[in-house]
Amino acid sequence: MALNIPAVTDPTQPLVEGDHTDHPVRVGGRKPRHIGSHVFLIILAIYFVVPLWWLLVASTKSTSSLFSSSPLWFDHPVDFIDNIRGLFSHQNGIYWRWLGNSFLYAMTGGLGATVMAVLAGYGFAKYRFRGRGFVFGVVLGSVMVPLTALVVPTFLLLSQYGIINTPWAVILPSMLSPFGVYLMRVYTQDAVPDEMLEAARIDGAGEFRTFFQVALPMLKPAVVTVLLLSVVATWNNFFLPLAVLTDPKLLPVTVGLNNWTALSNAGAGGEQVWNLITSGAFISIVPLLLSFLFLQRYWQGGLSLGSVK
Amino acid sequence: MTTSLTPTRHPRDASSTAGRVAERRQRFGWFFVAPFLLIFLLFLIVPLGYAFWMSLHTSTLATGSSFTGIDNYVKAFTDPLFLEGIGRVALFALVMIPIQLGVALAAALVLDTLVTRLSKASRLLIFAPYAVPVVIGALMWSFLYSPRFGPAATLFEVFGMDAPNFLSNNLLFASLVNIVTWQWSGYYMIVIYAALRAINPSIYEAARVDGATGWQIATRIKVPMISSSMIMVLTFAMIGTLQFFTEPVVMRSLAQGAIDAAYTPNMYAFSLAFSYSQFNYASTIAFSLGVLVFIGSYLFLHLTRKQSGLK
Repeated sequence: MALNIPAVTDPTQPLVEGDHTDHPVRVGGRKPRHIGSHVFLIILAIYFVVPLWWLLVASTKSTSSLFSSSPLWFDHPVDFIDNIRGLFSHQNGIYWRWLGNSFLYAMTGGLGATVMAVLAGYGFAKYRFRGRGFVFGVVLGSVMVPLTALVVPTFLLLSQYGIINTPWAVILPSMLSPFGVYLMRVYTQDAVPDEMLEAARIDGAGEFRTFFQVALPMLKPAVVTVLLLSVVATWNNFFLPLAVLTDPKLLPVTVGLNNWTALSNAGAGGEQVWNLITSGAFISIVPLLLSFLFLQRYWQGGLSLGSVK
Repeated sequence: MTTSLTPTRHPRDASSTAGRVAERRQRFGWFFVAPFLLIFLLFLIVPLGYAFWMSLHTSTLATGSSFTGIDNYVKAFTDPLFLEGIGRVALFALVMIPIQLGVALAAALVLDTLVTRLSKASRLLIFAPYAVPVVIGALMWSFLYSPRFGPAATLFEVFGMDAPNFLSNNLLFASLVNIVTWQWSGYYMIVIYAALRAINPSIYEAARVDGATGWQIATRIKVPMISSSMIMVLTFAMIGTLQFFTEPVVMRSLAQGAIDAAYTPNMYAFSLAFSYSQFNYASTIAFSLGVLVFIGSYLFLHLTRKQSGLK
């Protein structure tokens, strides 16, 4: 089980990257040769943004205008408000339920995964209990087990426990994050000096108090990163909810929209809700895009945790 | 952050009772790892064990469940649908991963040499697809590919050509590669970029004094120095690609006929379980896939460890 993923970012360095104005390459100012680099970046950025732009535009169109107007520009009249109304009325506004479900699953699953990863990472990093090496080896090895291969057996097991088709069937398996544990362990090892834990203990703090008051505050950047990673993973999950949920009211937005698409593609005119699919898809990506925008200073350095030597 | 507390040492610290207390204290580690281990046991070890148990049995309506040993595995590894699926995801890995990593590495290297507002903005924009659920990404691209309402048709019209059918058998592979590249390259770019920023810039200065060009600095210094990050990204890309599921499933509902139910091993396991209720055989496929991916990534990490000098 000797998996060797390289060590973590040096925690003494701030995780905020990209604000170094003294980068040496800049010496000499903006030279003409940077034009090529900028053109390259602009082309890349266009490629990555065009689909999102298309979705923004499409979310403002009615179904008929989706088929008839220019795909990358707005059409008159702008039907965004109508589409929103449609999302509230179609199937009694089930879309908003799906969105709420996605929030619920991502928050509870992501938060649960993070809490467990932080605790376990700390336990593995700072205690030398018997069996630690073996247990951690197994956990590390499991990072290489494709989690989707577990979906079918998880479904079979959960149906025996009788919690299939409940929110728990999505939330509980989402709390599993061996990679999060690995990240937290390497980060804790470097970021929390043993001397400080020792000092807290000598001052009379118990083990849990030492963890909460001394260690936890130092782990903040890694905690935010693991939280982001696991919230995104749960929010994006499709395979698991597809397998374990059948009640339409329990679906997350990913499975729900996919169902609408399959229906619209196969169905007759009345079932075609392309305009609701595009506007629903657009609304559903806004929260995560915004949180990434506002949490930039965390993830830009944090996502590389565990990979930087 | 680390200056608020200064360790104060008591003279009694070295006594033997302290040693025993310290030893007992190590057991607290179990309290910290216990919640995770419970989930780990319930949702990883038990499902894996259960899948293995299921795969060794076969249930029929007439006889119920009976032990059949490795019969299911013999069936799986001679099943053309499973083998084709494995071959297909392996081919996807071979084509898709170099493209994704190439884009990510090129973008990261360029970003590393620039400190302009435009470079910061493009870094964000290139990363943005990571925040989009895979289902939505696949849906968007399916729309864009669509001859009915995609811009491809308009674009090709400008050049007086008919747009190719991106959802046809011939182009489906490329269309899927494009979706995955779009979705993940930005994430890999951020990881590689952060690794590049962690290199001490004085190395470049030294190289420049010795007359190295920007290209030489990039290929001979930067890339070798971030090899460990590259290998980690590569491993994750590989594990992700071999479990290919969401994109083809979403496109399947829009491109009838081009994608069959056993397009990837995961899709095959899913349809065996949920369309045909062949739970034993579905477990066999899922377990085999898990083991193959595990062995594959283990071997990969083991081999590259020697080459990249990882310790």
